[in-house]
Amino acid sequence: MKQYPYTDKKDTRSGFGAGMTELGRTNPDVVTLCADLVGSLKIDTFIQENPERFFQCGISEANMIGVSAGLAITGKIPFATTFANFGSSRVFDQIRQAVAYSNKNVKIAVSHAGLTLGEDGATHQVLEDLAMMKALPNMTVINPCDYNQTKAATIASANLEGPVYLRFGRPVIPVFIPEDMPFEIGKAITLNEGTDVSIFATGHLVWEALQACQILEDEGISAEIINIHTIKPLDTEAILASVKKTGCCVSAEEHQINGGLGESIAHTLVTNYLAPQEFVGVKDTFGESGTPDELMEKYGLKAASIVEAAKKAISRKSK
Amino acid sequence: MNLQDIASQVRRDIVRMVHGVKSGHPGGSLGCTDLLVSLYFKHMELKTDDQGQVVFDMEGNNEDVFFLSNGHISPVLYSVLAHRGYFPVPELATFRKLDSRLQGHPATAEHLPGIRIASGSLGQGLSVAIGVALGKKLKGDSHLVYVLMGDGEQQEGQIWEAATFAPHHKVDNLIAFIDFNGQQIDGPTDKVMNNRDLGAKYEAFGWEVLHMDGNDYTSLDTVLTQAKGLAGQGKPIIIITKTEMGQGVDFMMHTHKWHGTAPNDEQLAKALAQLPETLGDY
Ligand SMILES: Cc1ncc(C[n+]2csc(CCOP(=O)(O)OP(=O)(O)O)c2C)c(N)n1
Repeated sequence: MKQYPYTDKKDTRSGFGAGMTELGRTNPDVVTLCADLVGSLKIDTFIQENPERFFQCGISEANMIGVSAGLAITGKIPFATTFANFGSSRVFDQIRQAVAYSNKNVKIAVSHAGLTLGEDGATHQVLEDLAMMKALPNMTVINPCDYNQTKAATIASANLEGPVYLRFGRPVIPVFIPEDMPFEIGKAITLNEGTDVSIFATGHLVWEALQACQILEDEGISAEIINIHTIKPLDTEAILASVKKTGCCVSAEEHQINGGLGESIAHTLVTNYLAPQEFVGVKDTFGESGTPDELMEKYGLKAASIVEAAKKAISRKSK
Repeated sequence: MNLQDIASQVRRDIVRMVHGVKSGHPGGSLGCTDLLVSLYFKHMELKTDDQGQVVFDMEGNNEDVFFLSNGHISPVLYSVLAHRGYFPVPELATFRKLDSRLQGHPATAEHLPGIRIASGSLGQGLSVAIGVALGKKLKGDSHLVYVLMGDGEQQEGQIWEAATFAPHHKVDNLIAFIDFNGQQIDGPTDKVMNNRDLGAKYEAFGWEVLHMDGNDYTSLDTVLTQAKGLAGQGKPIIIITKTEMGQGVDFMMHTHKWHGTAPNDEQLAKALAQLPETLGDY
């Protein structure tokens, strides 16, 4: 399989911070808002360099979304930042009316998504945000997989006209996406070509999918690894092309299976090309406290679960 | 034409629009008619072309802009916008009908000139107006942002997030109004959920608080002029605007019953008899 060597481990939120630093220097229309989580969002440099373009909102996420919509009306490109739970479920109606329905150029950029936020537990571990956001017309939904991709996605979000939900996380993970790899919103990235099973992964599960690919290869199974960083609009062309070749697939995400990426893929398959699909994700349960790694293990989001799902998908192919 | 005559036509439009689709919100619309007429026909600086015709663009640079947070009183806004020239007056006949730009609550999806954000889910407009005011400051545009909210709407938590934010960030190019009619859907505001002293609350939050009779043109003129004079002095401004729900139609006044009820044919005739047609019905 294609190798993705890495020398560094970083959190995806730092990739967001780096993207914001660059946007601060290159795009005078970009403004940032935060609800008392500046350090967690890694936007200190942006604020230092552009104090007049930062608005501290305090712990008032609903207001932050509204103020962002207002700034967007005047032609600014606001990035509203907080934890994923407080930037989605907490403010769904504000996003729905003032951002999505009103089609405002607001970027909702949120960290600490999913289980890997860790010890804070289920109150903070949003696993339903992709479902909510992908259900909104006009909304683009992006879940990048490492530091470099998050930085690229941040910059690409600013250049896209329209509402964006950009979701990233807290844990430190390998930086395996080459810095110069092109990033295009809505365009899936094939990380490894294979013939037996397609594995569609997003966010932190992409690295796990690459680990799974190696394990499968050692057992003589050829897996195609496709990184779906954009949940919506979904790259259905890439998905169908891959499944037509391999005949089955696995979806892998740090999110509820209900309403997640896997369901979007299933919809694509059911309406275009029937093939077995297995789902790696959280199975209709809340999370809990623990280290990111322990939680990924307990909730079945590690490479081993992807391997198992891949074998099951393959076994269900009609002979 | 004087403002009272314009208002009379706007009130006719409101009851006719609501009657026409047997739905909508006449009470608050009638109560806020004089305020919106005063703003759009006298106090706001609006972008116009060489012929004096208003021109609409989304950003609203170098002009005053208005937001309706209590979106259910869309009939008054639509009528005022139409008569001010933002879109053809006959289009009022499409209110709440299929394929109309005049949605039940204001929306941007149909691109109706004059509307910059959707409203209807209460409690959001103050935040949006603050964002626009900040945007204007960033761009060095000294024009004002106006926003109207309901008094029942003050029960929404987001309002108080916004009320905290605006003084903290010295959003002093913002003039907010509370339609203080003392009514909401389930009854008098004091009975449903007592807001207590809204003026004292906003003052404690750091706002410049003014009071105005929203159905009296002398009061409207004096206080709006005063408010504009207070802009740019470090504080956001709020005007508690006393209005009568249903103002101008005697049987719709002094009750919450006409918050969201359409008149029948007979009631329509009775209402129209009290409102002279001044600019021609649509
Ligand atoms: C978030 C939200 N909750 C409930 C409603 C339903 N609703 C529409 S108007 C209204 C009453 C508003 O009262 P007020 O702001 O005093 O307006 P008025 O009745 O004076 O027009 C309610 C509860 C809504 N539109 N939005």
